[in-house]
Amino acid sequence: MMRRIALFIPVFLLVCFGLTGCGYNTIQQNDETVIAAWGDVEAAYQRRADLIPNLVEVVKGYAAHEKETLSAVTEARAKVGQLQLGSDVINNPEALARFQDAQGGLSSALSRLMVVVEQYPDLKANQNFRDLQHQLEGTENRINVARVRYNEAVRIFNTSIRTFPNNLTNNFLLKLPRREPFKAEAGAEKAPAVKF
Amino acid sequence: MSHPSHAISRILLLLAIICVLGPTRPAVALDVPPYKGYVNDYADMISQPAEVKLERALQSFDLTDSTQVAILTVPTLAGDSLEDFSIRTAAQWQIGQRGKDNGVLLLVAEKERAVRIEVGRGLERVLTDLLSGCCVDGVITPSFQAGRIDQGFEAGVTAIIQATRGEFKAARRADRGRSAEEPSPLFHFLFFGMFVVGLLGKIWRPLGVAAGTILFPLAFLFGLLPFSFLLLFLLIPAGAFGGWLLPLFMTGMLLRGGGYYGGGFGGGGGGFGGGGASGRW
Repeated sequence: MMRRIALFIPVFLLVCFGLTGCGYNTIQQNDETVIAAWGDVEAAYQRRADLIPNLVEVVKGYAAHEKETLSAVTEARAKVGQLQLGSDVINNPEALARFQDAQGGLSSALSRLMVVVEQYPDLKANQNFRDLQHQLEGTENRINVARVRYNEAVRIFNTSIRTFPNNLTNNFLLKLPRREPFKAEAGAEKAPAVKF
Repeated sequence: MSHPSHAISRILLLLAIICVLGPTRPAVALDVPPYKGYVNDYADMISQPAEVKLERALQSFDLTDSTQVAILTVPTLAGDSLEDFSIRTAAQWQIGQRGKDNGVLLLVAEKERAVRIEVGRGLERVLTDLLSGCCVDGVITPSFQAGRIDQGFEAGVTAIIQATRGEFKAARRADRGRSAEEPSPLFHFLFFGMFVVGLLGKIWRPLGVAAGTILFPLAFLFGLLPFSFLLLFLLIPAGAFGGWLLPLFMTGMLLRGGGYYGGGFGGGGGGFGGGGASGRW
C-alpha cells in the first residue's frame, strides 16, 4: 500500500509538471481570455442594438418619408436580434461569419441613415437626437475597442497552439481549433460617420 | 559604475520590453508620453496658475474619492486616431485603482482641435457616454472656441468631478472601520510579523531566522486556523526560511512605504473599455 502511494506521488508530480511545461495551462488561459474578449464584443454590439429602436423613433418624427432607409435599419436590427450568442459562436467559423455579416449589415444601414439625416437640420438640432448620437458614437468606439482586443486575444491563442511544444499538447490532448479573428470588411464595418 | 549582474538584468529587461512591445506596435502610432502628474500639459495650453489649481483639485479628489482624473494635452496627434491614442494612454498610465477601474482621461490635441474624455469601466455607470458627450460639447468646446482655454479645462474638470463624486470612496488608512472587506486578523498579524522579522534580521541575521521560526507558527495559532502538529512541522522551516529571506527585501519595503500617492498613477487601474466621448472645437 505504502509503496503504491510512494510510486503514485512522483508519477502524479511528473504529469503535473510535464503538462505545465508543455503549455497545457497556457493554452487554457489563452482560451479563456479569448472567450472573455468575445463576451465584451457581444456586449458592445448588444449595446448598439439596444439604441436602434430609440434612434429610429426619433428620426421618424422628423423624416417619416425616408421609409426605405428606416426600414432597412429596422430589418438589419431584427437580423442581429436573431443571432446566436455565446461562446459557441467563436467555435464555429460559419456562425462567426453570420455574426459578422449581420452586424456589418446593420453598420452599413446605420451609416446610410446618418447620411440621410444630414438633410434635416431640425432633426440634427433635436436634443434627443444629439443625445443618441453621443451614445451611438460611444458604442461604435466600444465595438472597435472590443474587436481589437478580441483579435489580439485570438492572435495570442493561435500562436500558443501552434508553437512547439504546445502544438503537441494541443494535437494529442486538447484538440482546440484555431480561432478566427475579425476581418476588416471593405467599407461595411466602418462606423457610421456621426458628424454635425 | 554598476554591478555586472545589474547590467545583465537591465539588458534582459530591455530585450523583454522590445520582444513584448516591438511587434504589436503599429508604425504610425504616436508614442504615449510619460506622465508627470495629474496635469500633463505637453502642448503648453494651460497657464501656470491654472495648472497648479487643476493639479491641486485633482489630487484632493484622488485622496477623498480615489477616482483619478488625468489631463493630457498634446501639440498634435501626428495622424493617429484620437480614440486610439486616448485609450492607449489611459491603459499605459494605469489611471484609476486596481479593481475599481475608476480613471478618467481628458485628452486635448491642439492642432486637431480635438477633445476626448476617456472613461474607465468603473465609472461608465455615472459618467456615461452621453454625459461625457454633453461635457465636451456643452462645457469644454464652447470655452475653447471663445479662446478661454483655462476656463474650459477648469469647467470640464469640475463637471467630471461632479459626475463621479461619491461613486468610490478612498480607503483611508486612518479611519478605516471594521467592514466586511477588512482582511482577516491573520493577515494583519502576518504583515506585522514580517515587518518585525525583517527588522530583526536586518540587525543580525540569525535573530531574524529565530524570530521567523517562532512567529510564523504563532501567527497561525492566533489566526485560529485548524492547527495540527503536522502543520507545525511545515510552518517552522517555512518561518525560518522567511526569517532568512525577509531582511533582503527589507530595504525596499522601508523605502516604499508612504509614497503611495506621490509618483503619479500606476495604481494598477487602467480598465478602459472605450467609454467616453469626443468632440471638436
